[in-house]
Amino acid sequence: MKALALLAPPTGAFIAVYIAALVALFVSAFWLVNPFTGIVHTWSLDNFRELWHGGTYHTVALRTIGIAAAVTVTDAVIAFPFAYFMARVAGRKTRAALFVLVLLPLWASYLARVYAWRLILNSDGLLNWTLHKLGLPSAGLAYTNTAVWIVFSYIWLPFMVLPVYAALERIPHSYIEASRDLGAKNARTLRSVILPLALPGVVAGSIFTFSLTLGDYITPLLVGGASSQFIGNVVYDSVLGGGNLPFGAAYAVVPLVIMGIYLVIARRLGAFEAL
Amino acid sequence: MESRGTRIGLGIWVALVLAFLYVPIVIICLYAFNKSNVQSWPIPGLTTRWFSPAIHNGDVQKALWLSLECAAMATGAALALGSLAAFGVHRFRFFGREAISFLLVLPIALPGIITGMALSSYFTWWGINLSFWTIVIGHATFCVVVVYNNVLARLRRVPGSLTEASMDLGADGWQTFRYVTFPSISTALISGGLLAFALSFDEVIVTTFTAGAQNTLPIWIFGQIRLGQQLPQVNVVVFLILAVTIVPVALAQRLTRESGILRTE
Repeated sequence: MKALALLAPPTGAFIAVYIAALVALFVSAFWLVNPFTGIVHTWSLDNFRELWHGGTYHTVALRTIGIAAAVTVTDAVIAFPFAYFMARVAGRKTRAALFVLVLLPLWASYLARVYAWRLILNSDGLLNWTLHKLGLPSAGLAYTNTAVWIVFSYIWLPFMVLPVYAALERIPHSYIEASRDLGAKNARTLRSVILPLALPGVVAGSIFTFSLTLGDYITPLLVGGASSQFIGNVVYDSVLGGGNLPFGAAYAVVPLVIMGIYLVIARRLGAFEAL
Repeated sequence: MESRGTRIGLGIWVALVLAFLYVPIVIICLYAFNKSNVQSWPIPGLTTRWFSPAIHNGDVQKALWLSLECAAMATGAALALGSLAAFGVHRFRFFGREAISFLLVLPIALPGIITGMALSSYFTWWGINLSFWTIVIGHATFCVVVVYNNVLARLRRVPGSLTEASMDLGADGWQTFRYVTFPSISTALISGGLLAFALSFDEVIVTTFTAGAQNTLPIWIFGQIRLGQQLPQVNVVVFLILAVTIVPVALAQRLTRESGILRTE
Protein backbone atom coordinates (compact mmCIF):
# COMPACT_ATOMS: atom_id res chain seq x y z
CA MET A 1 0.00 0.00 0.00
CA LYS A 2 2.77 2.35 0.96
CA ALA A 3 4.56 1.60 -2.28
CA LEU A 4 1.45 2.63 -4.12
CA ALA A 5 1.30 5.92 -2.22
CA LEU A 6 4.93 6.66 -3.10
CA LEU A 7 4.69 5.59 -6.71
CA ALA A 8 1.27 6.91 -7.58
CA PRO A 9 2.19 10.60 -8.00
CA PRO A 10 5.21 10.12 -10.30
CA THR A 11 3.79 7.31 -12.40
CA GLY A 12 0.35 8.90 -12.45
CA ALA A 13 1.81 12.18 -13.65
CA PHE A 14 3.90 10.41 -16.28
CA ILE A 15 1.02 8.41 -17.62
CA ALA A 16 -1.42 11.32 -17.56
CA VAL A 17 0.96 13.73 -19.26
CA TYR A 18 3.73 11.96 -21.10
CA ILE A 19 2.26 8.65 -22.19
CA ALA A 20 -1.09 10.27 -22.98
CA ALA A 21 0.77 12.85 -25.06
CA LEU A 22 2.58 10.13 -27.00
CA VAL A 23 -0.74 8.46 -27.67
CA ALA A 24 -2.24 11.78 -28.75
CA LEU A 25 0.68 12.24 -31.13
CA PHE A 26 0.25 8.79 -32.57
CA VAL A 27 -3.48 9.29 -33.03
CA SER A 28 -3.10 12.68 -34.65
CA ALA A 29 -0.86 11.09 -37.29
CA PHE A 30 -4.07 9.66 -38.75
CA TRP A 31 -5.78 13.02 -38.98
CA LEU A 32 -5.64 15.58 -41.74
CA VAL A 33 -5.35 19.31 -42.05
CA ASN A 34 -7.84 21.34 -43.99
CA PRO A 35 -6.28 24.66 -45.01
CA PHE A 36 -9.46 26.52 -44.03
CA THR A 37 -10.75 24.82 -40.93
CA GLY A 38 -7.60 23.41 -39.32
CA ILE A 39 -7.20 19.83 -38.14
CA VAL A 40 -9.90 17.46 -39.36
CA HIS A 41 -10.60 14.63 -36.93
CA THR A 42 -11.32 11.87 -39.41
CA TRP A 43 -9.32 8.69 -39.62
CA SER A 44 -7.18 8.56 -42.69
CA LEU A 45 -3.97 7.01 -43.90
CA ASP A 46 -3.30 9.87 -46.30
CA ASN A 47 -0.31 11.18 -44.33
CA PHE A 48 1.35 7.79 -44.42
CA ARG A 49 0.44 7.36 -48.06
CA GLU A 50 2.07 10.66 -48.90
CA LEU A 51 5.20 9.65 -46.99
CA TRP A 52 5.30 6.29 -48.69
CA HIS A 53 5.04 7.73 -52.18
CA GLY A 54 7.14 10.85 -51.66
CA GLY A 55 10.68 9.99 -52.75
CA THR A 56 12.19 12.92 -50.80
CA TYR A 57 10.86 11.51 -47.55
CA HIS A 58 12.63 8.22 -48.21
CA THR A 59 15.87 10.03 -48.91
CA VAL A 60 15.55 12.12 -45.77
CA ALA A 61 14.69 9.12 -43.60
CA LEU A 62 17.57 7.07 -45.02
CA ARG A 63 19.97 9.97 -44.58
CA THR A 64 18.87 10.40 -40.96
CA ILE A 65 19.16 6.72 -40.13
CA GLY A 66 22.44 6.40 -42.04
CA ILE A 67 24.09 9.32 -40.28
CA ALA A 68 22.73 8.18 -36.90
CA ALA A 69 24.25 4.74 -37.49
CA ALA A 70 27.55 6.25 -38.70
CA VAL A 71 27.69 8.47 -35.62
CA THR A 72 27.03 5.50 -33.34
CA VAL A 73 29.79 3.42 -34.93
CA THR A 74 32.23 6.34 -34.93
CA ASP A 75 31.58 7.02 -31.26
CA ALA A 76 31.94 3.37 -30.33
CA VAL A 77 35.29 3.21 -32.13
CA ILE A 78 36.56 6.41 -30.51
CA ALA A 79 35.17 5.56 -27.08
CA PHE A 80 36.31 1.98 -26.67
CA PRO A 81 40.09 2.54 -26.40
CA PHE A 82 39.45 5.61 -24.27
CA ALA A 83 37.20 3.71 -21.87
CA TYR A 84 39.64 0.80 -21.89
CA PHE A 85 42.43 3.12 -20.80
CA MET A 86 40.20 4.54 -18.05
CA ALA A 87 39.16 1.15 -16.75
CA ARG A 88 42.30 -0.92 -17.11
CA VAL A 89 45.37 1.29 -17.46
CA ALA A 90 44.79 4.53 -15.57
CA GLY A 91 45.40 4.78 -11.83
CA ARG A 92 42.61 5.76 -9.47
CA LYS A 93 43.29 9.49 -9.61
CA THR A 94 43.73 9.68 -13.37
CA ARG A 95 40.57 7.67 -13.78
CA ALA A 96 38.54 10.05 -11.62
CA ALA A 97 39.98 13.03 -13.50
CA LEU A 98 39.19 11.50 -16.90
CA PHE A 99 35.69 10.74 -15.74
CA VAL A 100 35.04 14.39 -14.92
CA LEU A 101 36.76 15.55 -18.11
CA VAL A 102 34.43 13.41 -20.20
CA LEU A 103 31.34 14.31 -18.23
CA LEU A 104 31.78 18.08 -18.32
CA PRO A 105 31.42 18.66 -22.08
CA LEU A 106 28.31 16.49 -22.04
CA TRP A 107 26.60 18.93 -19.74
CA ALA A 108 28.15 22.04 -21.22
CA SER A 109 25.62 23.80 -23.39
CA TYR A 110 24.68 21.79 -26.47
CA LEU A 111 24.10 24.88 -28.57
CA ALA A 112 27.43 26.34 -27.53
CA ARG A 113 29.23 23.25 -28.74
CA VAL A 114 27.41 23.07 -32.07
CA TYR A 115 28.04 26.74 -32.60
CA ALA A 116 31.73 26.27 -31.77
CA TRP A 117 31.97 23.71 -34.57
CA ARG A 118 30.31 26.09 -36.96
CA LEU A 119 33.06 28.59 -36.20
CA ILE A 120 35.76 25.93 -36.55
CA LEU A 121 34.52 24.46 -39.84
CA ASN A 122 33.77 27.79 -41.53
CA SER A 123 35.90 28.51 -44.57
CA ASP A 124 37.81 31.11 -42.54
CA GLY A 125 37.75 29.06 -39.34
CA LEU A 126 40.31 27.22 -37.25
CA LEU A 127 40.31 24.04 -39.36
CA ASN A 128 41.28 25.67 -42.62
CA TRP A 129 43.75 27.94 -40.87
CA THR A 130 45.46 24.87 -39.37
CA LEU A 131 45.45 23.03 -42.70
CA HIS A 132 46.89 26.10 -44.36
CA LYS A 133 49.70 26.34 -41.78
CA LEU A 134 50.50 22.68 -42.42
CA GLY A 135 50.66 23.42 -46.14
CA LEU A 136 47.57 21.38 -46.91
CA PRO A 137 44.66 22.45 -49.12
CA SER A 138 41.56 23.81 -47.38
CA ALA A 139 38.72 21.45 -46.57
CA GLY A 140 35.29 22.62 -47.65
CA LEU A 141 33.50 20.91 -44.78
CA ALA A 142 31.25 23.80 -43.78
CA TYR A 143 27.55 23.09 -44.38
CA THR A 144 27.94 19.49 -45.58
CA ASN A 145 26.74 16.09 -44.38
CA THR A 146 30.31 15.35 -43.31
CA ALA A 147 30.11 18.32 -40.97
CA VAL A 148 26.84 17.00 -39.56
CA TRP A 149 28.45 13.60 -38.99
CA ILE A 150 31.51 15.12 -37.26
CA VAL A 151 29.49 17.40 -35.03
CA PHE A 152 27.03 14.70 -33.96
CA SER A 153 29.92 12.34 -33.21
CA TYR A 154 31.50 15.07 -31.13
CA ILE A 155 28.35 16.04 -29.25
CA TRP A 156 27.29 12.54 -28.23
CA LEU A 157 30.74 11.03 -27.62
CA PRO A 158 30.60 11.28 -23.79
CA PHE A 159 27.32 9.34 -23.88
CA MET A 160 29.27 6.44 -25.35
CA VAL A 161 32.44 6.67 -23.25
CA LEU A 162 30.80 6.50 -19.84
CA PRO A 163 28.67 3.35 -20.17
CA VAL A 164 31.47 1.51 -22.00
CA TYR A 165 33.81 2.45 -19.19
CA ALA A 166 31.28 1.29 -16.60
CA ALA A 167 30.92 -2.06 -18.38
CA LEU A 168 34.68 -2.55 -18.74
CA GLU A 169 35.31 -1.66 -15.15
CA ARG A 170 32.90 -4.33 -14.00
CA ILE A 171 34.80 -7.16 -15.71
CA PRO A 172 36.53 -9.11 -12.92
CA HIS A 173 40.24 -9.33 -13.38
CA SER A 174 40.08 -13.07 -12.76
CA TYR A 175 38.21 -13.55 -16.06
CA ILE A 176 41.12 -12.07 -17.94
CA GLU A 177 43.62 -14.12 -16.00
CA ALA A 178 41.59 -17.23 -16.64
CA SER A 179 41.59 -16.47 -20.34
CA ARG A 180 45.38 -16.07 -20.33
CA ASP A 181 45.88 -19.19 -18.27
CA LEU A 182 43.90 -21.07 -20.85
CA GLY A 183 46.42 -19.91 -23.43
CA ALA A 184 44.58 -17.03 -25.10
CA LYS A 185 46.72 -14.26 -26.55
CA ASN A 186 45.80 -10.61 -25.92
CA ALA A 187 43.82 -10.31 -29.13
CA ARG A 188 41.87 -13.46 -28.36
CA THR A 189 41.11 -12.30 -24.80
CA LEU A 190 39.93 -8.98 -26.16
CA ARG A 191 37.71 -10.62 -28.76
CA SER A 192 36.31 -13.48 -26.69
CA VAL A 193 36.16 -12.07 -23.17
CA ILE A 194 36.36 -8.30 -23.03
CA LEU A 195 34.31 -7.29 -26.07
CA PRO A 196 31.29 -9.51 -25.28
CA LEU A 197 31.23 -8.27 -21.70
CA ALA A 198 31.56 -4.65 -22.83
CA LEU A 199 28.69 -5.03 -25.28
CA PRO A 200 25.89 -3.95 -22.90
CA GLY A 201 27.84 -0.74 -22.29
CA VAL A 202 28.22 -0.09 -26.01
CA VAL A 203 24.51 -0.73 -26.54
CA ALA A 204 23.60 1.56 -23.63
CA GLY A 205 25.73 4.30 -25.18
CA SER A 206 24.26 3.68 -28.59
CA ILE A 207 20.74 4.31 -27.27
CA PHE A 208 21.78 7.90 -26.82
CA THR A 209 24.04 8.39 -29.82
CA PHE A 210 21.49 6.82 -32.14
CA SER A 211 18.29 8.20 -30.67
CA LEU A 212 19.55 11.71 -30.11
CA THR A 213 20.86 11.91 -33.68
CA LEU A 214 17.64 10.47 -35.03
CA GLY A 215 15.49 13.21 -33.55
CA ASP A 216 17.75 16.22 -33.85
CA TYR A 217 17.14 19.10 -36.21
CA ILE A 218 19.40 21.74 -34.75
CA THR A 219 22.79 20.39 -35.77
CA PRO A 220 21.69 19.74 -39.39
CA LEU A 221 20.26 23.26 -39.48
CA LEU A 222 23.34 24.96 -38.05
CA VAL A 223 26.22 23.02 -39.59
CA GLY A 224 24.54 21.13 -42.44
CA GLY A 225 23.78 22.33 -45.94
CA ALA A 226 20.86 22.32 -48.33
CA SER A 227 20.99 18.52 -48.64
CA SER A 228 21.39 17.79 -44.94
CA GLN A 229 17.70 17.68 -44.07
CA PHE A 230 16.88 15.25 -41.28
CA ILE A 231 13.53 13.76 -40.31
CA GLY A 232 13.55 16.31 -37.51
CA ASN A 233 13.84 19.20 -39.97
CA VAL A 234 10.89 18.01 -42.04
CA VAL A 235 8.82 17.48 -38.90
CA TYR A 236 9.84 20.85 -37.52
CA ASP A 237 8.97 22.62 -40.77
CA SER A 238 5.61 20.94 -41.15
CA VAL A 239 4.57 21.49 -37.53
CA LEU A 240 5.96 24.90 -36.70
CA GLY A 241 6.34 26.25 -40.22
CA GLY A 242 3.37 24.80 -42.08
CA GLY A 243 0.99 24.20 -39.21
CA ASN A 244 0.51 20.61 -40.35
CA LEU A 245 0.86 18.72 -37.11
CA PRO A 246 -0.74 15.47 -38.39
CA PHE A 247 1.79 15.16 -41.20
CA GLY A 248 4.69 15.89 -38.87
CA ALA A 249 3.30 13.36 -36.40
CA ALA A 250 3.06 10.73 -39.13
CA TYR A 251 6.68 11.28 -40.08
CA ALA A 252 7.74 11.24 -36.44
CA VAL A 253 6.28 7.76 -36.19
CA VAL A 254 9.33 6.58 -38.18
CA PRO A 255 11.93 7.42 -35.48
CA LEU A 256 9.42 6.48 -32.78
CA VAL A 257 9.02 2.96 -34.15
CA ILE A 258 12.74 2.57 -34.79
CA MET A 259 13.57 3.66 -31.24
CA GLY A 260 10.82 1.48 -29.79
CA ILE A 261 12.32 -1.61 -31.42
CA TYR A 262 15.81 -0.47 -30.53
CA LEU A 263 14.95 0.01 -26.85
CA VAL A 264 13.35 -3.42 -26.61
CA ILE A 265 16.47 -5.03 -28.09
CA ALA A 266 18.71 -2.91 -25.87
CA ARG A 267 16.81 -4.05 -22.81
CA ARG A 268 17.25 -7.66 -23.84
CA LEU A 269 21.00 -7.10 -24.11
CA GLY A 270 21.13 -5.75 -20.58
CA ALA A 271 21.85 -2.19 -21.64
CA PHE A 272 19.55 -0.62 -19.07
CA GLU A 273 21.69 -1.89 -16.23
CA ALA A 274 24.61 -0.06 -17.79
CA LEU A 275 22.97 3.37 -17.97
CA MET B 1 48.67 -6.29 -17.72
CA GLU B 2 48.86 -4.60 -21.07
CA SER B 3 52.22 -4.32 -22.78
CA ARG B 4 54.13 -1.06 -22.66
CA GLY B 5 53.41 -0.34 -26.29
CA THR B 6 49.69 -0.82 -25.83
CA ARG B 7 49.66 1.44 -22.81
CA ILE B 8 51.50 4.21 -24.63
CA GLY B 9 49.26 3.85 -27.65
CA LEU B 10 46.16 4.06 -25.50
CA GLY B 11 47.59 7.07 -23.65
CA ILE B 12 48.11 8.93 -26.92
CA TRP B 13 44.58 8.06 -27.99
CA VAL B 14 43.22 9.45 -24.72
CA ALA B 15 45.13 12.69 -25.20
CA LEU B 16 43.78 13.05 -28.74
CA VAL B 17 40.21 12.41 -27.66
CA LEU B 18 40.52 14.95 -24.86
CA ALA B 19 41.81 17.50 -27.35
CA PHE B 20 38.86 16.70 -29.61
CA LEU B 21 36.49 17.22 -26.68
CA TYR B 22 37.98 20.47 -25.45
CA VAL B 23 39.24 22.40 -28.48
CA PRO B 24 35.71 23.53 -29.46
CA ILE B 25 35.01 24.65 -25.91
CA VAL B 26 38.22 26.65 -25.72
CA ILE B 27 37.47 28.15 -29.13
CA ILE B 28 34.03 29.36 -28.12
CA CYS B 29 35.48 30.92 -24.98
CA LEU B 30 38.12 32.75 -27.02
CA TYR B 31 35.55 34.06 -29.49
CA ALA B 32 33.68 35.71 -26.62
CA PHE B 33 36.73 37.99 -26.28
CA ASN B 34 37.13 38.51 -30.02
CA LYS B 35 38.23 42.07 -30.78
CA SER B 36 36.73 42.01 -34.25
CA ASN B 37 33.06 41.56 -35.07
CA VAL B 38 34.07 39.21 -37.89
CA GLN B 39 33.90 35.60 -36.73
CA SER B 40 37.04 34.21 -38.33
CA TRP B 41 40.23 32.57 -37.11
CA PRO B 42 42.70 33.71 -35.93
CA ILE B 43 40.99 36.41 -33.89
CA PRO B 44 42.93 39.67 -34.10
CA GLY B 45 43.04 40.35 -30.37
CA LEU B 46 41.22 40.12 -27.08
CA THR B 47 38.65 42.51 -25.68
CA THR B 48 35.83 42.49 -23.15
CA ARG B 49 33.86 45.12 -25.00
CA TRP B 50 31.06 42.76 -26.05
CA PHE B 51 30.22 41.79 -22.50
CA SER B 52 28.51 45.02 -21.56
CA PRO B 53 26.09 45.19 -24.52
CA ALA B 54 25.34 41.47 -24.17
CA ILE B 55 24.59 41.73 -20.47
CA HIS B 56 22.53 44.89 -20.91
CA ASN B 57 20.58 43.52 -23.86
CA GLY B 58 16.91 43.54 -22.78
CA ASP B 59 16.05 40.44 -24.83
CA VAL B 60 18.91 38.51 -23.28
CA GLN B 61 17.88 39.52 -19.78
CA LYS B 62 14.26 38.54 -20.36
CA ALA B 63 15.27 35.21 -21.88
CA LEU B 64 17.78 34.51 -19.12
CA TRP B 65 15.16 35.19 -16.47
CA LEU B 66 12.65 32.91 -18.14
CA SER B 67 15.26 30.15 -18.45
CA LEU B 68 16.19 30.43 -14.79
CA GLU B 69 12.55 30.36 -13.66
CA CYS B 70 11.75 27.36 -15.83
CA ALA B 71 14.85 25.49 -14.70
CA ALA B 72 14.02 26.17 -11.05
CA MET B 73 10.42 25.01 -11.37
CA ALA B 74 11.30 21.96 -13.46
CA THR B 75 14.02 21.02 -10.97
CA GLY B 76 11.56 21.32 -8.10
CA ALA B 77 9.06 19.07 -9.84
CA ALA B 78 11.81 16.61 -10.75
CA LEU B 79 13.06 16.47 -7.16
CA ALA B 80 9.60 15.71 -5.83
CA LEU B 81 8.56 13.15 -8.43
CA GLY B 82 12.00 11.60 -8.94
CA SER B 83 12.68 10.96 -5.26
CA LEU B 84 9.17 9.59 -4.65
CA ALA B 85 9.65 7.15 -7.48
CA ALA B 86 13.13 6.20 -6.23
CA PHE B 87 11.82 5.50 -2.72
CA GLY B 88 8.92 3.49 -4.05
CA VAL B 89 11.08 1.40 -6.33
CA HIS B 90 13.78 0.90 -3.72
CA ARG B 91 11.61 0.01 -0.73
CA PHE B 92 9.21 -2.41 -2.29
CA ARG B 93 9.74 -5.31 -4.60
CA PHE B 94 6.86 -5.70 -6.92
CA PHE B 95 6.01 -6.70 -10.38
CA GLY B 96 6.70 -3.86 -12.77
CA ARG B 97 9.50 -1.94 -11.08
CA GLU B 98 11.50 -2.42 -14.25
CA ALA B 99 8.60 -0.87 -16.11
CA ILE B 100 8.84 2.25 -13.94
CA SER B 101 12.50 2.77 -14.77
CA PHE B 102 11.62 2.30 -18.41
CA LEU B 103 8.78 4.80 -18.16
CA LEU B 104 10.95 7.46 -16.52
CA VAL B 105 13.87 7.07 -18.92
CA LEU B 106 11.64 7.34 -22.00
CA PRO B 107 11.56 11.15 -22.27
CA ILE B 108 15.33 11.23 -22.42
CA ALA B 109 15.78 8.12 -24.56
CA LEU B 110 13.23 9.12 -27.18
CA PRO B 111 14.22 11.88 -29.57
CA GLY B 112 13.40 15.30 -28.10
CA ILE B 113 11.38 16.26 -31.14
CA ILE B 114 8.90 13.48 -30.33
CA THR B 115 8.52 14.59 -26.73
CA GLY B 116 8.13 18.18 -27.91
CA MET B 117 5.55 17.45 -30.58
CA ALA B 118 3.64 15.01 -28.40
CA LEU B 119 3.32 17.55 -25.60
CA SER B 120 2.45 20.36 -27.92
CA SER B 121 -0.29 18.36 -29.63
CA TYR B 122 -1.54 17.19 -26.25
CA PHE B 123 -1.78 20.75 -24.95
CA THR B 124 -3.65 21.77 -28.10
CA TRP B 125 -5.99 18.82 -27.59
CA TRP B 126 -6.92 20.08 -24.14
CA GLY B 127 -7.14 23.64 -25.38
CA ILE B 128 -4.22 24.71 -23.16
CA ASN B 129 -2.35 27.72 -24.49
CA LEU B 130 1.44 27.52 -24.51
CA SER B 131 2.78 29.37 -21.50
CA PHE B 132 5.46 29.37 -18.85
CA TRP B 133 3.86 26.26 -17.35
CA THR B 134 3.89 24.28 -20.56
CA ILE B 135 7.66 24.84 -20.77
CA VAL B 136 8.01 23.67 -17.17
CA ILE B 137 5.98 20.51 -17.80
CA GLY B 138 8.07 19.75 -20.87
CA HIS B 139 11.32 20.17 -18.96
CA ALA B 140 10.11 18.25 -15.92
CA THR B 141 9.41 15.15 -18.02
CA PHE B 142 13.08 14.66 -18.88
CA CYS B 143 14.48 15.99 -15.58
CA VAL B 144 12.71 13.45 -13.36
CA VAL B 145 14.91 10.58 -14.47
CA VAL B 146 18.09 12.38 -13.44
CA VAL B 147 16.92 12.82 -9.85
CA TYR B 148 15.45 9.33 -9.82
CA ASN B 149 18.71 7.70 -10.93
CA ASN B 150 20.83 9.63 -8.46
CA VAL B 151 18.58 8.97 -5.47
CA LEU B 152 17.98 5.32 -6.34
CA ALA B 153 21.70 4.65 -6.75
CA ARG B 154 22.34 6.21 -3.37
CA LEU B 155 19.52 4.34 -1.63
CA ARG B 156 20.96 1.08 -2.94
CA ARG B 157 24.28 1.87 -1.33
CA VAL B 158 23.01 2.96 2.07
CA PRO B 159 22.84 -0.19 4.20
CA GLY B 160 19.33 -1.16 5.28
CA SER B 161 20.73 -1.89 8.74
CA LEU B 162 20.91 1.86 9.42
CA THR B 163 17.16 2.24 9.14
CA GLU B 164 16.62 -0.91 11.17
CA ALA B 165 18.94 0.33 13.91
CA SER B 166 17.04 3.61 14.03
CA MET B 167 13.73 1.82 14.35
CA ASP B 168 15.15 -0.54 17.01
CA LEU B 169 16.26 2.49 19.00
CA GLY B 170 12.68 3.61 19.10
CA ALA B 171 12.50 6.20 16.34
CA ASP B 172 9.22 6.39 14.48
CA GLY B 173 8.99 6.38 10.69
CA TRP B 174 9.21 10.15 10.38
CA GLN B 175 12.18 10.47 12.76
CA THR B 176 14.01 7.72 10.90
CA PHE B 177 13.42 9.55 7.65
CA ARG B 178 14.37 12.93 9.11
CA TYR B 179 17.54 11.87 10.92
CA VAL B 180 18.78 8.81 9.05
CA THR B 181 17.45 8.43 5.52
CA PHE B 182 17.31 12.06 4.51
CA PRO B 183 20.87 12.97 5.59
CA SER B 184 22.20 9.94 3.75
CA ILE B 185 20.54 10.89 0.47
CA SER B 186 20.81 14.67 0.72
CA THR B 187 23.92 15.00 -1.45
CA ALA B 188 22.35 12.70 -4.04
CA LEU B 189 19.32 15.01 -4.08
CA ILE B 190 21.52 18.05 -4.51
CA SER B 191 23.55 16.57 -7.32
CA GLY B 192 20.44 15.23 -9.03
CA GLY B 193 18.87 18.65 -8.71
CA LEU B 194 21.95 20.41 -10.10
CA LEU B 195 22.06 18.11 -13.09
CA ALA B 196 18.34 18.58 -13.69
CA PHE B 197 18.84 22.34 -13.51
CA ALA B 198 21.67 22.25 -16.04
CA LEU B 199 19.65 19.99 -18.33
CA SER B 200 16.63 22.27 -18.26
CA PHE B 201 18.62 25.49 -18.55
CA ASP B 202 20.19 24.32 -21.80
CA GLU B 203 17.28 22.54 -23.50
CA VAL B 204 16.24 23.71 -26.98
CA ILE B 205 14.27 21.06 -28.84
CA VAL B 206 11.39 20.31 -26.47
CA THR B 207 11.26 23.99 -25.54
CA THR B 208 10.78 25.05 -29.16
CA PHE B 209 7.53 23.11 -29.22
CA THR B 210 6.24 24.06 -25.77
CA ALA B 211 7.28 27.72 -25.54
CA GLY B 212 5.18 29.27 -28.29
CA ALA B 213 6.37 32.82 -28.76
CA GLN B 214 8.41 32.95 -25.56
CA ASN B 215 12.19 33.01 -25.73
CA THR B 216 14.31 31.04 -23.32
CA LEU B 217 18.00 31.81 -23.51
CA PRO B 218 18.91 28.82 -25.71
CA ILE B 219 16.05 29.67 -28.06
CA TRP B 220 17.23 33.26 -28.30
CA ILE B 221 20.76 32.07 -29.12
CA PHE B 222 19.47 29.59 -31.69
CA GLY B 223 17.47 32.32 -33.41
CA GLN B 224 20.40 34.71 -33.50
CA ILE B 225 22.82 32.11 -34.86
CA ARG B 226 20.38 31.13 -37.60
CA LEU B 227 19.85 34.69 -38.66
CA GLY B 228 23.50 35.56 -38.17
CA GLN B 229 22.62 38.56 -36.04
CA GLN B 230 24.51 40.12 -33.14
CA LEU B 231 27.09 37.35 -33.25
CA PRO B 232 29.60 39.05 -30.94
CA GLN B 233 26.89 39.23 -28.28
CA VAL B 234 25.88 35.64 -29.00
CA ASN B 235 29.49 34.58 -28.35
CA VAL B 236 29.42 36.26 -24.96
CA VAL B 237 26.06 34.76 -24.00
CA VAL B 238 27.20 31.31 -25.11
CA PHE B 239 30.36 31.72 -23.05
CA LEU B 240 28.31 32.72 -20.00
CA ILE B 241 25.90 29.79 -20.47
CA LEU B 242 28.86 27.46 -20.67
CA ALA B 243 30.09 28.81 -17.36
CA VAL B 244 26.63 28.57 -15.81
CA THR B 245 26.06 24.96 -16.88
CA ILE B 246 29.55 23.73 -16.06
CA VAL B 247 29.58 25.04 -12.49
CA PRO B 248 26.57 23.06 -11.19
CA VAL B 249 27.79 19.92 -12.93
CA ALA B 250 31.26 20.23 -11.47
CA LEU B 251 29.65 20.79 -8.07
CA ALA B 252 27.38 17.79 -8.52
CA GLN B 253 30.41 15.73 -9.43
CA ARG B 254 32.19 16.79 -6.27
CA LEU B 255 29.25 15.88 -4.07
CA THR B 256 29.04 12.32 -5.28
CA ARG B 257 31.22 10.19 -7.39
CA GLU B 258 30.92 7.03 -9.41
CA SER B 259 29.83 6.10 -12.87
CA GLY B 260 26.83 6.55 -15.09
CA ILE B 261 25.62 9.16 -17.51
CA LEU B 262 22.41 10.16 -15.88
CA ARG B 263 23.87 10.29 -12.46
CA THR B 264 27.08 11.40 -10.92
CA GLU B 265 26.36 8.95 -8.14
